[in-house]
Amino acid sequence: MTKSVDHRAYSRACLRILAVLLGIWFFVSFGCGILFREWMDEHLPPVGTAPFGFWMAQQGAIICFILILIAYAVLMKRLDAKFGYTEREEGQ
Amino acid sequence: MSQSMLNFLFIGISFAVYIVIAVRSRAGSTKEYYTAGGGVSSFANGMATAADWMSAATFISMAGAVAMSGYDASRFLMGWTGGFVLLTILMVPFLRKFGKATVPDFIGDRYYSKWARGVAVICAIFICMTYIMGQMRGVGVVFSQLFGIGIPAGVVVGAAIVFFYAGIGGMKGITYTQVAQYCVMAFAYTIPAVFIAIMITNQPVPQLGLIGNYSLNGESVPFFEKLNRINVELGFQEYTTGKLSMVNMFCITAALMCGTAGLPHVIVRFFTVKSVQAVRSSACWTLVFIAVIYLTAPAIGAFARLNLIEELHATPYVEAPAWFREFEATGQMVWVDKNGDGTIQYFGPAKSAAGTSSVFQGEQPIFPAYDAPENQRLGTHGERLLANKPDLSNPNELWFGNDIMVMANPSMAGLPIWVVSLLMAGCIAAALSTAAGLLLVLSTSISHDLMKKIVKPELSDREEVNYARGASFVALAVATYFGINPPSAFIAQTVAFAFGLAASSFFPTLLIGIFSKRMNKLGAISGMLAGMIFTSSYIVYFQFLGGTKEQLLFGISTEGIGFVGMLLNFAVAFLVRPFGGEPPKEVQEMVERIHIPSGASEASHH
Repeated sequence: MTKSVDHRAYSRACLRILAVLLGIWFFVSFGCGILFREWMDEHLPPVGTAPFGFWMAQQGAIICFILILIAYAVLMKRLDAKFGYTEREEGQ
Repeated sequence: MSQSMLNFLFIGISFAVYIVIAVRSRAGSTKEYYTAGGGVSSFANGMATAADWMSAATFISMAGAVAMSGYDASRFLMGWTGGFVLLTILMVPFLRKFGKATVPDFIGDRYYSKWARGVAVICAIFICMTYIMGQMRGVGVVFSQLFGIGIPAGVVVGAAIVFFYAGIGGMKGITYTQVAQYCVMAFAYTIPAVFIAIMITNQPVPQLGLIGNYSLNGESVPFFEKLNRINVELGFQEYTTGKLSMVNMFCITAALMCGTAGLPHVIVRFFTVKSVQAVRSSACWTLVFIAVIYLTAPAIGAFARLNLIEELHATPYVEAPAWFREFEATGQMVWVDKNGDGTIQYFGPAKSAAGTSSVFQGEQPIFPAYDAPENQRLGTHGERLLANKPDLSNPNELWFGNDIMVMANPSMAGLPIWVVSLLMAGCIAAALSTAAGLLLVLSTSISHDLMKKIVKPELSDREEVNYARGASFVALAVATYFGINPPSAFIAQTVAFAFGLAASSFFPTLLIGIFSKRMNKLGAISGMLAGMIFTSSYIVYFQFLGGTKEQLLFGISTEGIGFVGMLLNFAVAFLVRPFGGEPPKEVQEMVERIHIPSGASEASHH
């Protein structure tokens, strides 16, 4: 019984991580790069000498994507360890 | 040493390396053939996936697309990298836990139906076929330049090489070859970028140069300010603002992202590592390696555009730099002296009353035959003449293909000729690695999903691999044919179609399959068919049956329609589900199981 409760708690924690990371993903790409680009170009300080929204669309979003994936790998690893799902290395 | 000798040397050496690797790590069993035995390290797999992922179109045309359309090209930059976030977070860890060899395998088992598997196989074949055509074309273009042969012969040479090592090596061979190919590509792409950045912005890191100051000829102004000013002066759109509508931009980016997450040949790459945790770190490495190229492309594009305009615009033809003549000779650049003043003029649509900027009538330049009289082939200044009639509605005299931005970069920056050779080798590496990966998925789809799982279940391991090799030959022959007679003029376009289909068929079906326990086969199959049929008929209608711009749905172009197809797929799947009953208990248990990351290495192959 306890096992299936564990599974459910794990899945919920997992989905929470997914939702937060996908929220950030949407904001940096579609938000900054497309939907609010014009506003950001005008109102936010430039990155170096490049307009903010434009820079996000061509460089910033990609850098954020990498950070998101690093965060995902780290957070999930921690979650796996907490629930005891860590893989035995080359065990079988 | 001459340019062509250097080209042969660089490409010869790189080929020798690939073939040695392919032969040394050739596959023995089906498991090694399909997924390299599931034992590739996440770092190596990340590098190989990056090489697999970056096609000839990315390598050759993307910087050109950025140069031509400025901000609008961000859709490719974000779309093709952002898709990896979706892929990593929503797809591959779960599919890896499931532990089968192919994507149709998952769909077939999850939706407990041969029909679902069949539809998935057709989608996979269709997507890979569309995609591989562009690659073969890319290989052909490079080989034709390299050996001075026609594009058809170039395509055939490329096909023979791909067949040789993809057929022999299987996934294991391909993976290690791709690691080598990635290294060649990364060097070839970044070295010219560094030099051109130093030249234009006095800044050795291209990405910093991009946000720095333009510092040629003693000037010092913000780089994009300079580029915007030049663009507007010549009648083009401001570089940092786009021409595409926001809806279109949004849909295309979304279609490319979801398409990336649904591409069978990318998903399959993550079946080659040994555990779910390794999948996560491997995806991370993949994106890092891809970003090396994707963060450089906008810099190359912007620098090359500025450089090209400064060097060519308002320059008399006879004083034009030597590289201009070289590209004119290969037909990648064209100058039509409309006003007869002997000077090259480059103008955008805003400079003509008609709002056009085409140099000649028709899509592509057509040159008179070699045996035509000289006055039909060469103009008064020695320039190459076209058989197309000039388009006199605007003053623009300069035409060039998108590919030119990367290929002409080293010459424009005055780099030594070995850099060009390196670039050629990189370009071929990009095309070959992608083509090989695709070919593998194609052959697997046919031998494993179609023959073994649907037509002839009693197939032995060895027979299955033989079928796979046979299938890759047939697939390649078809791809070669379409590489020679491409259905769409732009390599990048062909690729974009594959994404529309992946986004509207695989992505939603896999996503529902992973996250909804209650989705049944009826809903999934209807959704998949609806998405696929809608997207492909929309594309075919507008690409081949003469649909006009006014008829576009909400102004969404064919590249972005996959996003709508995807929404349709979701909608149909959930609307039809109530008519199909609950999925069997073991399927529901399987869905629960794939969410638990441990124990992936124990999962069986068949």
